Amino acid sequence: MKVLITAEGKDLDAAVDPRFGRAAYFLVVDVEKTEILQVVDNGAGRAAAQGAGVQAAQTAAGLGVNGLLTGHCGPKAFSALQAAGVKIYTGATGTVREAVDQFRKGELTAADGADVRGHW
Amino acid sequence: MRSIAVASGKGGTGKTTVAVNLARVMPGPVSVMDCDVEEPNVHLFLSTESRQTHSVGIPVPRIDTNKCTVCGECARFCEFNALGDMRSKIVVFNELCHGCGGCTRVCPENAITEVQRVIGEVDQGVSAQDIRVITGRLNVGEALSPPVIRAVRRYKAEGMVIVDAPPGTACPFAAAVRGSDLVVLVTEPTPFGIHDLGLAAETLDAMKLPFGVVINRSGEGDEGVEEVCRRHGVPLLARIPEDRRIAEAYSRGELVVDALPQYREEFLKLYRSITDMLNPNGDES
Repeated sequence: MKVLITAEGKDLDAAVDPRFGRAAYFLVVDVEKTEILQVVDNGAGRAAAQGAGVQAAQTAAGLGVNGLLTGHCGPKAFSALQAAGVKIYTGATGTVREAVDQFRKGELTAADGADVRGHW
Repeated sequence: MRSIAVASGKGGTGKTTVAVNLARVMPGPVSVMDCDVEEPNVHLFLSTESRQTHSVGIPVPRIDTNKCTVCGECARFCEFNALGDMRSKIVVFNELCHGCGGCTRVCPENAITEVQRVIGEVDQGVSAQDIRVITGRLNVGEALSPPVIRAVRRYKAEGMVIVDAPPGTACPFAAAVRGSDLVVLVTEPTPFGIHDLGLAAETLDAMKLPFGVVINRSGEGDEGVEEVCRRHGVPLLARIPEDRRIAEAYSRGELVVDALPQYREEFLKLYRSITDMLNPNGDES
């Protein structure tokens, strides 16, 4: 399964960035192999005047991922990702590698709504 | 119709006090436009019994999903991320839309039409002092005030118009002062007040709008304001002294020139200075 993980750096030992829209990097990860397939710099999203969550959701849809592993997800990003059919797993912590482990052990459950308000 | 905008970089310096009292001492017909649409308060000093209200909207996109091919042109065009290309469909977030109409124009399938979304209202009436008051109100929860401000400013009023601008130097400020014949910047002689006066002055210089300065709560620190005036080559139009009774009158919703007639002369002086700036050759127009 191909997921997008928000990260503060570009490798598996980078910390999970708890923000989605304004995360530093998006890592496309194969969770079965714990392997990074693609690194996307989210500089443009971080600098967005508004709607960073929508922009990030659009990026996720374009990358063709099936899931998102992140800290928190706001309402606009949630509904956009839902439209794209991307499952959202919030509450990921630690490093990217640890987040993959949490996901594989079933410790992260698919969110059924935004867990924070916009601009948290 | 000529208009004078009363503005300031810093909030709470006395814009409304200056605007309503200036309107009160001027010969009519005179109108006050409350462009501080996030928290309009002119009506507290100039109350109007009967008012006519109309709503203000901005155009937002509606996508015809039968025509939309999800090509993504609209989402790529939108700087504000109001549209998101989710590959299987386009999602629209009206609250992020600035109403520019760009998506409608770039859509190759003509799948987007514009519908009005109400974000505020404008009302107008005449106060007991025979001053017309035009008030803009942005609905609670909305973020985009310039369309409401522009709707207030589009109102055609007779005679002189005093515009009470929102604080700051960003888009709402620019929308309120644009098109004015003269801007009066109200400041307090504190470090914050003087700093933000400098920002407002630079903005007005960039907009090529003539302006003068009024010091409110004048006394200690006036030299800093005078220095800003010298730097920008603009006149100091009036000084309203630090006086607790002015604040007390304000807190009761009273006009200073009515509650404390001794200050009428200072506002008349301000009016005369403004008239001189508007008619530099002494001709009445």
